[in-house]
Amino acid sequence: MPINITMPALSPTMEEGNLAKWMVKEGDTVSAGDVIAEIETDKATMEVEAVDEGTVGKIVIPEGTEGVKVNELIAVLLEDGEDASALESSGNGTGAVAGNAPDKAPAVPDSAPVIEVGAKAAGDPMPAPSTADGSRIFSSPLARRLAQQNGLDLAQLSGSGPHGRIIKRDIEAAIAAGTGKAAAAPAAAPAAAAPAPAPAAGPSAEQVLKLFEDGSYELEPHDGMRKTIAKRLTESKQTIPHFYVSVDCELDALLALRAQLNGAAPTDKDGKPAYKLSVNDMTIKALALALRDVPDANVSWTDDAMVKHKHADVGVAVSIPGGLITPIVRQAEMKPLSVISNEMKDMGRRAKERKLKPEEYQGGTTAVSNMGMMGVKDFSAVVNPPHATILAVGAGEKRPVVKDDALAVAMVMTVTLSTDHRCVDGALGAELLAAFKGYIENPMSMLV
Amino acid sequence: MADTAYDVIIIGSGPGGYVTAIRAAQLGLKTAIVEREHLGGICLNWGCIPTKALLRSAEILDHANHAKSFGLKLDGTMTADVKDVVARSRGVSGRLNGGVGFLMKKNKIDVIWGEAKLTKPGEIVVGKPSKPAVEPQHPAPKGTKGEGTYTAKHIIVATGARPRALPGIEPDGKLIWTYFEAMKPDTMPKTMVVMGSGAIGIEFASFYRSMGVDVTVVELMANVMPVEDDEISKFARKALEKRGLKIITEAKVTKVDKAANSITAHVETKDGKVSQITTDHLISAVGVQGNIENLGLEALGVKTDRGCIVIDGYGKTSVPGIYAIGDVAGPPMLAHKAEHEGVICIEKIAGVPGVHPMDHGKIPGCTYCNPQVASVGLTEAKAKEQGRDIRVGRYSFNANGKAIALGEDNGMIKVIFDKTTGELLGAHMCGAEVTELIQGFVVAMNLETTEEDLMHTIFPHPTLSEMMKESVLDAYGRVLNA
Repeated sequence: MPINITMPALSPTMEEGNLAKWMVKEGDTVSAGDVIAEIETDKATMEVEAVDEGTVGKIVIPEGTEGVKVNELIAVLLEDGEDASALESSGNGTGAVAGNAPDKAPAVPDSAPVIEVGAKAAGDPMPAPSTADGSRIFSSPLARRLAQQNGLDLAQLSGSGPHGRIIKRDIEAAIAAGTGKAAAAPAAAPAAAAPAPAPAAGPSAEQVLKLFEDGSYELEPHDGMRKTIAKRLTESKQTIPHFYVSVDCELDALLALRAQLNGAAPTDKDGKPAYKLSVNDMTIKALALALRDVPDANVSWTDDAMVKHKHADVGVAVSIPGGLITPIVRQAEMKPLSVISNEMKDMGRRAKERKLKPEEYQGGTTAVSNMGMMGVKDFSAVVNPPHATILAVGAGEKRPVVKDDALAVAMVMTVTLSTDHRCVDGALGAELLAAFKGYIENPMSMLV
Repeated sequence: MADTAYDVIIIGSGPGGYVTAIRAAQLGLKTAIVEREHLGGICLNWGCIPTKALLRSAEILDHANHAKSFGLKLDGTMTADVKDVVARSRGVSGRLNGGVGFLMKKNKIDVIWGEAKLTKPGEIVVGKPSKPAVEPQHPAPKGTKGEGTYTAKHIIVATGARPRALPGIEPDGKLIWTYFEAMKPDTMPKTMVVMGSGAIGIEFASFYRSMGVDVTVVELMANVMPVEDDEISKFARKALEKRGLKIITEAKVTKVDKAANSITAHVETKDGKVSQITTDHLISAVGVQGNIENLGLEALGVKTDRGCIVIDGYGKTSVPGIYAIGDVAGPPMLAHKAEHEGVICIEKIAGVPGVHPMDHGKIPGCTYCNPQVASVGLTEAKAKEQGRDIRVGRYSFNANGKAIALGEDNGMIKVIFDKTTGELLGAHMCGAEVTELIQGFVVAMNLETTEEDLMHTIFPHPTLSEMMKESVLDAYGRVLNA
């Protein structure tokens, strides 16, 4: 019996991906564990391994196809002793497609053996609504109907029932307050189908292109990462009340310590040092320790409760061709600088190859964005939820400072903390930044 | 903390009071409860529970009288032994009374024995009861605290209610009874007049009728059980009359003449005609009123209105630190309303998140006459009065397999939906076991289900509950077995 290979879900929230590349062709023999394809998701390119052994009988989705839904049939594997004719006879509903539509274009065949994920019975008049990321919104049947009849988007309301369930009184309150209107509010459409707060709120593609002469530009379609960046940051700036706090930190002590530590690094037989700390590594550690000292700032916002994190998981923005990604140094407050440094080197390298695993870049409790190496003096970064803070780090440069009432020269860098004001208020942000500055200017304290 | 200082003191150990005390203890509050007469209050000493025990005896007697229709033969006749029927009822009550004592001990709640008076905010003085206890009483619990001054940050008044008396027709305990006397007859009277056809009146009327008494019910309003849906009241009246109950509506007892062993009630009907009914006993069941006296409420400025303490949605009175729940805080005077009100009150005090004020629209009501009556939400008349566009569904017991098998094919279920939203606005029932069925609709209403969800719910077969689904289907023209 031919084996169906379907689009894998490479992360819990993945709904679709691009089939970037086939590593096998029809007729190739594969065994379990062989890499057969590369899938590009919103953030990374990942390898798909064969689970069974056999011969590639049919590639259903050609490489370069975008937006392939999770669980969609992408190829059919023939078991030992089967030949291509088995494809025809495997008409048991799940394998039929491969034989039926041998030459059809990449698009999904109608009768694709899609596992019923997200596939909704057309007759279901009242689907359980979900948020943009697919998680269920708990609401009463009456609330759903009232929302539909009044053109409200449940995703924009918060519930006052048990465990945040949206109930009738929440709908009535929203109607009274005139909030929660679905973006396009056709009364007939279920509220859940109304567009989630989308980056598309700006001018349409057509409106933009009209402003430029034909032929004066090229169109480069967005890849998954670009779309994700657009969506997440728009969402962030639209929903998170940002608040900014800046401070100057003197770096001389830190640079001296760094030189001393790097000089003392043991070397292997090729003379390669066991670690080479960067200022950025020390910044990560300092922020993690500051969050440990000011735990009220190590939080995430949810409508119902403050998520108080027990560890500082520091995301580090890594610029890569075509976008950026934030691999996360977990429990950074507990890790020695050498470990942080080596982890960052490894993840930074794999980030550039788009080979990070989802668990390496999803989550985190804060982030660091460092543009010092590009000579930027100071800037403010956009909070990346679920984080409540992000630290924008500028370049260290010699600046005149006043010491003991006299002008002196010191290495100084400016950092700006952006906070989600819903959970980290101004004074708390200032407290966090003061703790951070303390570690940077007294770097020995990071070692104990 | 001193021995006499508490976080919370609750005055009255009825269903509202003792449940509130347990919830308070669960929330870690140092709690005491004051009781002057009987743990469990009227509900389980002289109300809900002992009457259910009496009605059970009546039900079994009714069944025995119809044994033949079930193919059963009874040699001789089955008769009620009044003393034993009453003794069983007292026994049932005593068991639960002891149970409340156990629950207080288990939850480390101090029981203070005596009558409480609020002396100032945060302080009560407990003294001797101002009225004699109704006899017989179950033995007082052991290990209680006694008279003295006690303090608490929060004082919750849960003193309940007592029978209302009409001037000139005051209960005397001999010829004119309240529920206290009606619950413990020494001998079975031959005839009886019941004044008032609310839950209490109609339950006693039903009980005594089953016991073979010639009962006449006099009701001021047009319907028996006037708070119920008009259609259900009329249905119930017909069924009760079929059992031999005499019912006079839109009538009142204007005066009574007492003789040595009988009483004559002057009953005036709407048209002004007065007739005289001479009977062994008159039961006065014209409602209950809050126990707001002798509590020191007036001196402290606690606002009251028509015999009840005025509260907000969380049991707060007009004086900070003083709360009220249950019957004393106003209608509907039902044990389950008191319990829920108490839980809301104490959770609000303790700062439990997500506490919302009481929704009076979803309090079910049950009456245990034969046939039973149960309801929740809006009646058809009320829904129309509110200007709702409605859909009404009905289903009759005589088309339900289980009802027919039980020999209980006289009954009906009625549901009312909002036509636009499908919101379940009300459910009304009359017939066997409907007091147990109603909760299905109460849950549905509380979870805000619409007709669609009810239609998608599987009801087990064969059960009386299938009629609930059929009534929903009927409201949308989709009834199956009718």
